[in-house]
Amino acid sequence: MVGFDFSNYNRNAALHAQGVPLPKATSTGTTIVGCIFDGGVVIAADTRATSGPIVADKNCEKLHYIAPQIWCAGAGTAADTEFTTALISSNLQLHALSTGRTPRVVTCMTMLKQHLFRYQGHIGAYLVVAGVDPTGVGLFTVHAHGSTDKLPYVTMGSGSMAAMAVFEANWKGTLTRDDAVKLCSEAILAGIFNDLGSGSNVDVCVITENKTTLLRNHIKPNERAQKERNYRFPRGTTAVLNEKIVTREELSKYVTVHELSSDDDVVVVEKMDVDG
Amino acid sequence: MAFIHPSSLLPSSNPSYSFREGIKSSAPGIQEHRFSPYADNGGSTLGIAGKDFTIIAGDTRQSSGYSINTRYAPKVFRIGGDDDSGTGAKIILAVTGFAADGNALKERLDSMVKMYKYQHGKDISVKACAQRLATILYSKRFFPYYTQAILGGIDEEGVGALYSYDYVGSYEREQCRAVGAAASLIMPFLDNQVNLKNQYVPGSGVGHDLKAKAAEPLEQSHVEQLVRDAFSGAVERHIEVGDGLQMLIATKDGIREIYTPLKRD
Amino acid sequence: MANPMSIIGKNAVAIACDLRLGLQALTVSNDFPKIFQYGPDVFLGLTGLATDVQTVSDLFRYKVNLYRLREERDISPQTMANLVSTSLYEKRFGPFFVNPVVAGINRTTGEPFICGFDSIGCIDFAKDFIVSGTSADQLFGTCEALWQPDLEAEDLFETISQALLSAVDRDALAGWGAHVYIVEKDKVTKRLLKGRQD
Repeated sequence: MVGFDFSNYNRNAALHAQGVPLPKATSTGTTIVGCIFDGGVVIAADTRATSGPIVADKNCEKLHYIAPQIWCAGAGTAADTEFTTALISSNLQLHALSTGRTPRVVTCMTMLKQHLFRYQGHIGAYLVVAGVDPTGVGLFTVHAHGSTDKLPYVTMGSGSMAAMAVFEANWKGTLTRDDAVKLCSEAILAGIFNDLGSGSNVDVCVITENKTTLLRNHIKPNERAQKERNYRFPRGTTAVLNEKIVTREELSKYVTVHELSSDDDVVVVEKMDVDG
Repeated sequence: MAFIHPSSLLPSSNPSYSFREGIKSSAPGIQEHRFSPYADNGGSTLGIAGKDFTIIAGDTRQSSGYSINTRYAPKVFRIGGDDDSGTGAKIILAVTGFAADGNALKERLDSMVKMYKYQHGKDISVKACAQRLATILYSKRFFPYYTQAILGGIDEEGVGALYSYDYVGSYEREQCRAVGAAASLIMPFLDNQVNLKNQYVPGSGVGHDLKAKAAEPLEQSHVEQLVRDAFSGAVERHIEVGDGLQMLIATKDGIREIYTPLKRD
Repeated sequence: MANPMSIIGKNAVAIACDLRLGLQALTVSNDFPKIFQYGPDVFLGLTGLATDVQTVSDLFRYKVNLYRLREERDISPQTMANLVSTSLYEKRFGPFFVNPVVAGINRTTGEPFICGFDSIGCIDFAKDFIVSGTSADQLFGTCEALWQPDLEAEDLFETISQALLSAVDRDALAGWGAHVYIVEKDKVTKRLLKGRQD
């Protein structure tokens, strides 16, 4: 990894010292959960992203792809979960290519924790890592400072208490795939309705030995009702002082297009060397 | 009207009602105790005055931090009713901010309006009640009620009246006002749809000569729809607004209540 | 400082911004557009610290010009979104104080596209509208109430204009007129709006 560019760091610290407020990052004040079942693992998340008390995104994706059989649910600073999982996904793919083996969940978890520990918690990514590999089913949590847990059912984010209450009340040692999907969905719903930082829909990802299924918007319990009035304005309601229209045809004045005959080789295209 | 935000009056920028900061030892042998008397319980209210009615509405969620305290805690009250249910009341008060202060303010204004009736043998006018509320708020100038109030009813001419307040009693009669957590989301919508701000009559001229649309008094059913749409929009984008919408409508016949469920996420 | 916003319509997108440039409460300029064009139908709106708005807009002009030279084609709004995202996240611990908005139409699919970012590059893909800047709260309120799906270009113009003007009138740090771009498949219309000058 090339690393971060700190060129604005001192300037921003100076600006902040003079009273310029630091920009607010989008955070996923989130509920995310994971639960293993006989033959696989389920992870689930809500879809609300907030900036302070304002909902920035009503239907964001908090389930991130790592490898075909490894997925991650992310809470915390939204940009950090997005880029950290993308980076580890990339490195894990390179690792899989160089070893010629399918990647393992523990490898992914270890790469994540080493990356996050190196940044001492400044990368605000809180993750639930889940997957199936040749050694079996894996389910972990990774905190921003680099600590990890390995448990049969896990929750994270601001709605973790609400979600964990559902797990503690209803979790059993033997669960079918459908049981696990239902249990995780209910845990997320508890977060959606009882935690203000979580909301909107339930996303679920089911991973088994030979198949991964992403159930995007598995449950949509918060559709907006029809508005009572129509707010379409009559055309001409807004006062316009000046108007300029640029059409495609006008643009073509600045570009000339010549037809090339196909038989003579006038166009030289750079050739790329491709192995085998 | 200048609204003073009471967080600037607080010793700490942390608004939560809590003893948890506990005891700090700033120097050996010296202990520092701290107690923050205010909390923010979220929620939003709005009022619109019409030709012969006033609608005051508020959501019913009460929250602190990321938790919901209750899904039904009214923020809109009847003032000066004959009994606990508020029958016979003619004035509406809505409060947002710190729920405990809001309730205290409601109780105080309610008992004051009742005392007025016992002493003078007639109902208080909205105008007089509005002035009295300002006095109550200013009486706590240096330890304010952490509430933004709006007061509504029918004035002596039979026209809908609406008054809005800052924390220490500065007030003004207005046509419409949104207050609380989602005030910044709702207020510009009201400007546009109630006072028709930025709207012009199509074809009435070009550029600067275009004629602005004149605001006319709205029908009661129209205003009810605007209020519901304003809140359903606020619920989508503000995490502290939701659960239920309580609408109190004051007309010459008294006060009617309409409750509409809102999203609960 | 001020706010661009973009909303989506039927086969069209709109992107708009107010024109104020200020130092806290002091207005410095009333003709400071914050929307920049990076292709026939790719637009970027930038809010935040004025120095960063200029630096970042120039940085992307450089990056998009290089892209065009290398690829011999115009950048699509989706590619632009990823370029903005990665460029901002590179400065995760010393960010530019900007909140960008991308709007455009994808030439290949013909689909309208909008998205927004926080200052460290987290993308917000939206199917309805994106807002940013000092009056973001007000804009969320007006857009949530006024927007509806499948608006034709002319109706889209009225809706975005009313949403923007009403919102900035409730923000002391924004306003002083506005620019609105309506981007359609075969043309781009840019309009200057009349707004309060106080």
